[in-house]
Amino acid sequence: MTLSATIPATSSRFSLRGLLGKALIVLAGFGFLYLASGLYLLGEPLFALVAFAVGALGVVFFWSPRFYTLRFVYPAIAAVFLFILLPVVYTSAIGFTNYGSRNLLTLERVQAYHMSQRVTDPASKRPFGLVAEGDGFRIFLPEDAARPALLTTVISGAQVTALPLSGPPPETLPIKAIIQNKALLATLTIDTPNGPLTQSGLRAFASSQPAYTPGENDTLIAADGTVLTPDPDQGLYVTPEGEAVPPGWRVGVGFANFKKVLLSDGIRGPIFKVFVWTTVFAFLSMVFTFAVGTGLAVILEWRHLRFAGLYRVLLILPYAVPAFISILVFRGLFNQNFGEINLILSTVFGISPEWFTNPNLARAMLLLVNTWLGYPYMMLLAAGFLQAVPQDLYKAAALEGSGSVRNFFAITLPQILPPFVPLLISNFAFNFNNVVLILLLTGGGPDMPGTLVTVGRTDLLGSFTFRLAFQNSGQDFGMAGAISTLIFIVTGAIAYYNFKAMQKYAAKKGAGHG
Amino acid sequence: MVEDQKSIRLRKILAHGFMIGFIILIMFPFLMVISISFREGNFSTGTLLPQNPTLEHWWLAFGIPFERPDGTIIQPPFPVMLWLWNSIKIALITSAGILALSTTAAYAFARMKFRGRGAMLDTLLIIQMFPGALTVIAIYAIFDALGQVVPWLAIDNHPALILTYLSAITLHIWTIKGYFESIDPAIDKAAQIDGATPWQAFRYIFLPLSLPILAIVFILSFIFLINEYPIASVLLRQSDNMTLAVGARQYLYEQKYLWGDFAAAAILSGLPITLIFLFAQKFLISGLSDGGVKG
Repeated sequence: MTLSATIPATSSRFSLRGLLGKALIVLAGFGFLYLASGLYLLGEPLFALVAFAVGALGVVFFWSPRFYTLRFVYPAIAAVFLFILLPVVYTSAIGFTNYGSRNLLTLERVQAYHMSQRVTDPASKRPFGLVAEGDGFRIFLPEDAARPALLTTVISGAQVTALPLSGPPPETLPIKAIIQNKALLATLTIDTPNGPLTQSGLRAFASSQPAYTPGENDTLIAADGTVLTPDPDQGLYVTPEGEAVPPGWRVGVGFANFKKVLLSDGIRGPIFKVFVWTTVFAFLSMVFTFAVGTGLAVILEWRHLRFAGLYRVLLILPYAVPAFISILVFRGLFNQNFGEINLILSTVFGISPEWFTNPNLARAMLLLVNTWLGYPYMMLLAAGFLQAVPQDLYKAAALEGSGSVRNFFAITLPQILPPFVPLLISNFAFNFNNVVLILLLTGGGPDMPGTLVTVGRTDLLGSFTFRLAFQNSGQDFGMAGAISTLIFIVTGAIAYYNFKAMQKYAAKKGAGHG
Repeated sequence: MVEDQKSIRLRKILAHGFMIGFIILIMFPFLMVISISFREGNFSTGTLLPQNPTLEHWWLAFGIPFERPDGTIIQPPFPVMLWLWNSIKIALITSAGILALSTTAAYAFARMKFRGRGAMLDTLLIIQMFPGALTVIAIYAIFDALGQVVPWLAIDNHPALILTYLSAITLHIWTIKGYFESIDPAIDKAAQIDGATPWQAFRYIFLPLSLPILAIVFILSFIFLINEYPIASVLLRQSDNMTLAVGARQYLYEQKYLWGDFAAAAILSGLPITLIFLFAQKFLISGLSDGGVKG
């Protein structure tokens, strides 16, 4: 065989390469172990478990020859699991919590935050000046009513000792020098005869103490004796009067977010409107792009048409330009005040439509732009499927005296539609979640007036959720997670239906040929 | 076939007229953008052929300060070239990674027998339709936690984005698997008899034989990654770290509307990607009809 020449001999079991491989596996294993323990200590047991499991399985599969086959699939499956499936599950799980800008951290991190807070004693506060000493600095604390003037040793490290100064006060540097050495001063502790001082504001040092000390059962005791108790229902520390002290941590809230979305009047109404518009948008986008794309493909197929190749390349252009650039170009062209489209419309027809503030015009604009973006894809697909239509059918139709319009609806469409169906469904699902178009073109606006959360008239479910999580002031991950879960269910159903349709088509095609 | 010569001529004129009209309509945004990129200022309106053409926006797009005739020097508003470089760097590295992951998996799915094979393949096909934009909350949380253990995986770092993008392989596995299945099994049988391990058969037979499909997958994933906005917009925060898709949006904020500067930057950054696409479109069409939806 000629092939054997290109294939190196199988390496022996104890070769250098084999050893190197094993060493790499061990190293990777330790890497995952480090990651898992780090995540566990951080208070993320779920992520720690996943990191451990992914690492352990990897080590087992790549170590033992028994799992040779799985080595080929494992990295890909792990990537899909880690960054698609896990996020989907985790997003749904977040839907059952109050995770958001108000409840962002874990309990441990909230405690650490409270404990790192310090309160200063106003009586101990005294102004200071920076004194140059060679390349270094000293700190001068001037004399006041109760305390003598102090001068520290040259600053080196995080701690300096201040000694009483007799004699004239030294020359201090301007405030600019203090600002330049902000980082150095912020971490500095000065030991004085009256106890240690740390910086308090730009111009003074003062003695400070922790705002809270830990009490029993995760309580925190404030400097004035108030006891803060953790409230596991809200995920916040509360004072005895019931006042919450932010920041909070994540706690489970059961179906509260889902109830809000599905039952609360202020939210259910707008979300239902968004759902209807999302469906209409996805359906119309699919119909328009299919109609325009197939129409163009049929005309380009006409054998009497010259320059069809040139036309085809020009018609593909909207698909070739990166979508985010085209969408932003349209955003500028449609601008109400100085966009070129309104400029032309006002000179020719004397009208100046409000593309971004009138909901119906904004929706029309979205469909127009999306058709522009999407028809070349349909055209390419249709061109492919048209090749498979038997020419005999047209010949027979011509003998019958059938016109081209009738030909299209009686022969072409029924022939190309079955293979098109799965692709049309994926197109529907794609536009159902076409977040990029909305975010870049209208940003969801114009907003509906008087809703509890910001909802735009052109928002799709996806863009609404995205804005709820990342753009509006109160980032509500919990609620966004709940809505995402509902979208996952809808998309999953579409995907499954599509999958079945494809299988059916494949089976039919297989049977037809066999 | 019996066709009236006169009616054919009429229909020809109609068809060409329609095509030319439609193409002019379709090309309008492109022509406008080219014109705007040579106009003075960021707000001025004008004819399709600019009256006082200026290269100001182009200089700024290339990142070079521009000196106006009256002596004022305009600084480039955004690091466009850096964004383009970030986009290309991330897309190239990730596409290579995607290729490595999807070819190995596709090989196993096409040629090996193991438990759960069918279920895994079906699951991949269904997962493919899930909206990535909606899992960003979880991805944000994952990298927020990872970053505290391993600093270079933190949010606002390119490795975090690259790692996330590596999961965009579901469709490619199917495409490559289909191609691998069309390779004659007699070839790997022969290699096996000669003592080649499955890995060697994959590395020295399957990969060289499937270069065309690998090129298609590479270009498709490159284009997808260049266009990706939602995940990148959440994971990248600092201006210098942004990809083009995230950064380009900054030109058109209501408060700071840089229409002219945007036009030049859009052409400059869009042109290479468009050319790659047009160059590759012949190969891509077959890949597209396998079910890929540009997104």
